[in-house]
Amino acid sequence: MSAAGNTGRALPWALVTPALGWTLLFFVLPFVAMGFSSLTAHDGGGFTLSNYSQFFANPAYWQAMVNSLQVTAIVTVISVLLAYPFAWILAEQVPERWQRLALMLAVLPFWTSYVVRSYSWLLVLAQNGVINRALTGSGLFSEPVQLANTRLATIIGFVHFFVMLLTLTIFANLKQLSPSYRKAAADLGAGPVRTFLHIVLPLTLPGIMVGAFLTFVLCIGDYITPQILGGNNELLMPQLVMMQIGRRGDFPLASALSIILMAVVTIAYLACARWLKIERA
Amino acid sequence: MRALVRIFSWLYAVAVYGFIFLPVVVLVLFSLQATSFPIPPFTGPSLRWYDAVLADTRLTSALLNSLLVAALSSAVAVTLGFLSAWGFARFALPGSALLRGLITLPLTVSYLIIGMGLLVLFNWAGIPKSLLAAGIGHVVINLPLCFAIIYSQMGDHQINIERAARDLGAPEWKVLLLITVPVMAPAIFAGFFLSMTFSWDEFVISFLLTRFDTTLPVEIWNLLRSGLNPKTNAVGSLVFAVSIVLVVLFELMLLRRKPA
Repeated sequence: MSAAGNTGRALPWALVTPALGWTLLFFVLPFVAMGFSSLTAHDGGGFTLSNYSQFFANPAYWQAMVNSLQVTAIVTVISVLLAYPFAWILAEQVPERWQRLALMLAVLPFWTSYVVRSYSWLLVLAQNGVINRALTGSGLFSEPVQLANTRLATIIGFVHFFVMLLTLTIFANLKQLSPSYRKAAADLGAGPVRTFLHIVLPLTLPGIMVGAFLTFVLCIGDYITPQILGGNNELLMPQLVMMQIGRRGDFPLASALSIILMAVVTIAYLACARWLKIERA
Repeated sequence: MRALVRIFSWLYAVAVYGFIFLPVVVLVLFSLQATSFPIPPFTGPSLRWYDAVLADTRLTSALLNSLLVAALSSAVAVTLGFLSAWGFARFALPGSALLRGLITLPLTVSYLIIGMGLLVLFNWAGIPKSLLAAGIGHVVINLPLCFAIIYSQMGDHQINIERAARDLGAPEWKVLLLITVPVMAPAIFAGFFLSMTFSWDEFVISFLLTRFDTTLPVEIWNLLRSGLNPKTNAVGSLVFAVSIVLVVLFELMLLRRKPA
């Protein structure tokens, strides 16, 4: 490379240092600060592990993690099961020239703000909302059903968002499959069902895993959907973290809870990464 | 058999589209009625709540704040992302893979935790809550995205024309401005557009790091405290409309670019 002599060494570092510096200063350093904070007591004093021991000792805190893991697992499974057939229909049954439009249409409702989207589900699920009016109006139920401020509402709000996300990733996966695989299977005498089960599904599995992992990470860290739709009847981890900051200004405990939440995501990542590697071999 | 699959596919697709569209349809429909609760039965069209939104200075100033934070933080993120992507693509730097990993690391951490970290740091350093603080957080979440998009698009083709320009005597800054930036324009534009969308919609970091002057999602959140409120419907529908216009413009620009 003919890079000029004196700029040769300085230029590359001048290019990458601003981005690295920003990341170190506003991402790594905050994380270190959070780590230190989590090891101090709320009311002053020196080093303590009490914020972490509180999490393991207090069943209410522990329960929030259990709730988060349960909701995230349910949401991930339902979203994959709903999105896969939908992505398959878009990729296989819809004519090629309509596919782009069909996808854009599926994404359209998500162009409102994320906060507003959760609120919209509240309109649908509220005591006097659309569903309850339809149920009582049609005479099926005499009393409105409690739908808002339940775990079910949180799950519906999440599934709504992640079905869209997973449809996009699975659709992309299905389109990447070369049609020759399917032709080869058909030539060798496999029917459409066997072709799907033995060729298409296994080949799209790594893509599903990536999408499912993305769902897991985004879902377990989200504060908006459970706060708006689930309410405070049952707390998830992000709600518990925000509660420490909002009501009590307890930064050390909030830091400790955030770090525990992040540790769980990291463990999931490591488990998932290993699984994906085995899949590839 | 095939006909059965088709019928079932149609039913399934219609059901999923129905599920996806249900809340948005309800949102927009009940933003258009004059009653003070956005609930059935629908009582006929009225723009009363849109007037109320546009007359609400807290909402309109939050909207301007959001645009400002989104534009500035995206400009910073795309600039830093582009420069570092160029640096890593053109020069063999020691520890390159590790450093690139560091830049993309924030992608794996949830916004809540990034916001918490900045809150603790700023609190400790005595930096007050402000739009600037939220903007710094938005650069943290968007820089890795811009970097990844632009870095992945830098290939041999672009390195070859840069080399040709340098052989013809162009100084380094001219290569950057006249060759690299125009060649990379689609990736730069995509990075900027995505950053704008994420910043525009970001709630939790802004919620943690701003106080009085705040962004639109936080102001909408404050409206939610009053429960079901037709004003929230109207704001939501407006955001929806603006986003759709932007997406359609983006699509048109992409389509126009393609034949060239």
